[in-house]
Amino acid sequence: MKEFMTGNEAVAQAVKLCRTPLIAAYPITPQTAIYEKLSDWEASGKLEGIMMRTESEHSAMASCIAASLTGVRTFTATSSQGLALMHEMLHFAAGCRAPVVMVNVNRLLAAPWGFWADQLDSLSQRDTGWIQFYCENGQEALDSVIQAYQIAEQVYLPVMVSMEAFFVSHFMETVYVPEQEQVDRFLPPIDLPHKFDIDKPGFLVPVVSSELYRKYKQMAQVSMDSVKEIAVRVDQEFKKEFGRGYGILEAMMLEDAEVVLVTAGSITSTARLAIKDLRKQGNKIGLLKLRLFRPFPREGVQQALRGKKKIAVIDRNISLGSGGIFCQELRAALVHSPDHPLTFSYIAGIGGTDVTPEVIQKIALDVIARSEPIDQPMWIMEE
Amino acid sequence: MVIPDQQPNLLRPGHAACAGCGLAIGMKLVLQTMGPRTIAVIVPSCEGAIGGVYPNTSYGVPTIHSAFEIAAPTAAGIANALKIQGKDDIQVLAFAGDGGTFDIGLASLSGATKNNEDILYVCLDNEAYMNTGIQVSSATPSYAWTRTTPEGNPHRKKNIMEIMAAHYNPYSATATIGFPRDLQQKITKAKSIRGTKFIHTLVPCPTGWRTPSDISPELSILAVETKVFPLYEVEDGKRYTINHEPRNLSVQEYLLKQGRFRHLKEEQIRQIQMDVDEEWKKLKHRACHSRSKGK
Repeated sequence: MKEFMTGNEAVAQAVKLCRTPLIAAYPITPQTAIYEKLSDWEASGKLEGIMMRTESEHSAMASCIAASLTGVRTFTATSSQGLALMHEMLHFAAGCRAPVVMVNVNRLLAAPWGFWADQLDSLSQRDTGWIQFYCENGQEALDSVIQAYQIAEQVYLPVMVSMEAFFVSHFMETVYVPEQEQVDRFLPPIDLPHKFDIDKPGFLVPVVSSELYRKYKQMAQVSMDSVKEIAVRVDQEFKKEFGRGYGILEAMMLEDAEVVLVTAGSITSTARLAIKDLRKQGNKIGLLKLRLFRPFPREGVQQALRGKKKIAVIDRNISLGSGGIFCQELRAALVHSPDHPLTFSYIAGIGGTDVTPEVIQKIALDVIARSEPIDQPMWIMEE
Repeated sequence: MVIPDQQPNLLRPGHAACAGCGLAIGMKLVLQTMGPRTIAVIVPSCEGAIGGVYPNTSYGVPTIHSAFEIAAPTAAGIANALKIQGKDDIQVLAFAGDGGTFDIGLASLSGATKNNEDILYVCLDNEAYMNTGIQVSSATPSYAWTRTTPEGNPHRKKNIMEIMAAHYNPYSATATIGFPRDLQQKITKAKSIRGTKFIHTLVPCPTGWRTPSDISPELSILAVETKVFPLYEVEDGKRYTINHEPRNLSVQEYLLKQGRFRHLKEEQIRQIQMDVDEEWKKLKHRACHSRSKGK
């Protein structure tokens, strides 16, 4: 069914369609609409299961992990400070191999205070062992949540689906809401492996030796790496059922491109428009969208950018003292490629500032004109 | 109330607690009363050390070693998942120490209690961070020596029972290992109640209290008989029942047996006695008030 709704409502729709029996949440702007919508449905009996209204995001994640290990599908949503407060439990969830699914609405981190879009909140959780997706719009967020359960439950790792504050969370767009039967076919109810067996009592999360800890991390790394394949397969199966697919990254007009813009999240939509104009002006330019960030699709990126001359990575985030985080990752992925392209880091849209088609045009023209590498990130502002 | 005597021992022998550990005695009594249809949550503390190092464990029921500040929401997550699965006959028990309850876990305990999550939360209070080597907590009594209060703790012990009562949860009680039947009765009663149950359990710690390893039960009894740690219950945050009328011994009898109070000056002992008498009066008043209202 085609409906007009915000990104937040699209996420709530996905959670309902996935029949998630345990939701634990705590309110934070701009995630609140997800929590409220699910509460409305719980009150009217449209939502199956239990809604835990915890006293903090930290406890919300604690309850999700515990319920997941007991065997049920779980969900939480947060943003910014809430995600930062959860940090300890994010490591714990991945360590416990709990397939928790979470939506994070990308909002800047204080100080100073603000509520606006910025990807630093989730990107600074990149080493916690969570699978991470970045979404362009409400439709992709809805679809990614459904895919997230399928992936999480195959590999037993938690998944974070991120979408930017306001630009996605509050913008109303047309969203295709799948039929319940379709989602049921794609994502049947699941009985996750029960970690608590009354008849065969075990001890979960024990203290282990250094060697065992190392072995455990090695095993988790193998699982994490396998996600690249699983995510591609799940996306293909999703496309078969629902008619929409995204890939773990998306290449646009790359065949003959000499210069490539790389984006993640809502800036991608604007860049789609901008590169059309740039093409009309005779520039051999293409666009690469990063959707899966953890595990980083190294091979896919290497393949997509093979033979390109210059790359401009647009980051709505900055790791102070280094630069844009997507750019860091991209450079690291390309470092062993033969004749790897010059990779430039552009910081745009920090703190929710606008990344207009003109801003993207400016970045493109800047990178086209350059012939020498620059390590430093470049800040691009709107006029 | 009937307590089955021949329950299996669910805290297996050979665990890593210090000799004379009151906490291990407390855990053993609680687990024995809970029985095998229990899932336990423990947090980093002496409970973690007692649990053993992989692949060994001393716990006889399925147990998760969760993070420090989340005993309550972890237990609540398990309890709700069990409800979803229709497993109504399994109870969820959370063990946390005084640090994990009075300090770092207080907010999450409050959150779960406010929601009246169906869990039994047992605080094993040994009155300091013992597992990390005797540092002061907000459960450490006035003037007690710890490694971070070498001159004695300048603050009073937090009244966790009153904090719990302010949540109007169905059942809270104090208990201690020197009164094992009382402790087991309270666990049995808590098992029959749905919602958040809280048992504040005083567990002497020979290592941290600087006492010989063979007097933990005796100290536990003295804590009750001196009114330092009265045995009582609070139902729905308002009905108070005193379970044992103390012999009203002087606090000195309790304090002077412990190395952590060895440095106490006379005026400090007097102050402790005054505080204890004052708290007892308040408790008596609440209990009397509950009784007259009940009539």
